[in-house]
Amino acid sequence: MAALVLACLPASETAFAADVVTLMLKDHRFTPNEVNVSAGERFRIEVENRDSTPAEFESSDLRVEKIVVPGGKITVMAGPLKPGTYKFFDDYHPDTATGTITAKPKE
Amino acid sequence: MLASMLIVFREVFEAGLIVGIVAAATRGILHRGLFIGGGITTGVAGAVVLAFFAGALSDALGGRGQEVFNASILIIAVLMLGWHNLWVASHGREMARQMKVMGQAVAAGETSLIAMAVVVGVAVLREGAEVVLFLYGIAASTNEGWAALLLGGALGIALGGAVSLVVYAGLVAIPIHRLFSVTSWLIALVAAGMAGQAAAVLAGADLIPSWGYQLWDSRWLLSQDSVPGRALHALVGYADRPMGVQLVAYIVVLFALIVGARLIAGKSGSPDRSSGRSATPFRAS
Repeated sequence: MAALVLACLPASETAFAADVVTLMLKDHRFTPNEVNVSAGERFRIEVENRDSTPAEFESSDLRVEKIVVPGGKITVMAGPLKPGTYKFFDDYHPDTATGTITAKPKE
Repeated sequence: MLASMLIVFREVFEAGLIVGIVAAATRGILHRGLFIGGGITTGVAGAVVLAFFAGALSDALGGRGQEVFNASILIIAVLMLGWHNLWVASHGREMARQMKVMGQAVAAGETSLIAMAVVVGVAVLREGAEVVLFLYGIAASTNEGWAALLLGGALGIALGGAVSLVVYAGLVAIPIHRLFSVTSWLIALVAAGMAGQAAAVLAGADLIPSWGYQLWDSRWLLSQDSVPGRALHALVGYADRPMGVQLVAYIVVLFALIVGARLIAGKSGSPDRSSGRSATPFRAS
């Protein structure tokens, strides 16, 4: 199992060359909290947690869910998206820590 | 308090469903309470350890540690559920007969119980670490009103336990000669759903091909975030926007378990067709 996964790693590094969305969590708020990406393309989201408590970066729209420990940074892949607006939030602080990703058609 | 209760309940809901199914599926096997309780306890302990190492796990394997770990424990659960079903296919008939005749627990089946204890442990572990981190976050923050938040969390866990009881009560209301047929179907569907999830997690991290990121979108019919959507997701593997590889994994596992059980049941039970028929797994009637 682990060997299989490791064998897959180098091949998929190319996917990491995709667009990157960088989000920062501070005081249980996302900065930025509105982001644009190109529709129809896979992209990478990086989330850095500068709070002193854990967060869970989550979006059912984007189908991602991942723990971010205090001071930690995670990467998730998302897309390809149809044009539209997609919500994300910190599942542990859903009142304040929310934001949107808007997928725009490529010109 | 209500908010934290809902957050925790959402996490423990699926585990609650699975514990209820496992408890019903192992009905009549001696010491099953011990094994299920052991699975829950180990799962909780594992969740605390996992929460402690969450940062290290996250950074492992080039940032894909969480995904690989989640997929791995899902695959373990699929194997254990499959093993249990095939075990029931070869022993279930005899077990049901013994229980009918003697009206008591059957001493056999400890190997299957270990498999089911692992399933319970995995179910608790998966969502447990998230609950532990959430509750830790509340306790560590300087917010006023953290006591109420923690109480809400505790109530959320209790609600998850209530889900287990409701599922269990519903299933054991089924007559014993039909129970194992129903639980075998349920377990095959749960296993198929978990296999699909494991595939989706790996494809989501670009570790395996997705074979289509979204085969369909049935959110208009039933959102996977609603309570019924979550229940169907845990019970039969419902996904409102499945990936291609997710559907393939689902079908392969479901097919393998149904065909495997039929082959085994066909081989092992020939002398006793008349009395034991209804205990054969995957019989529609």
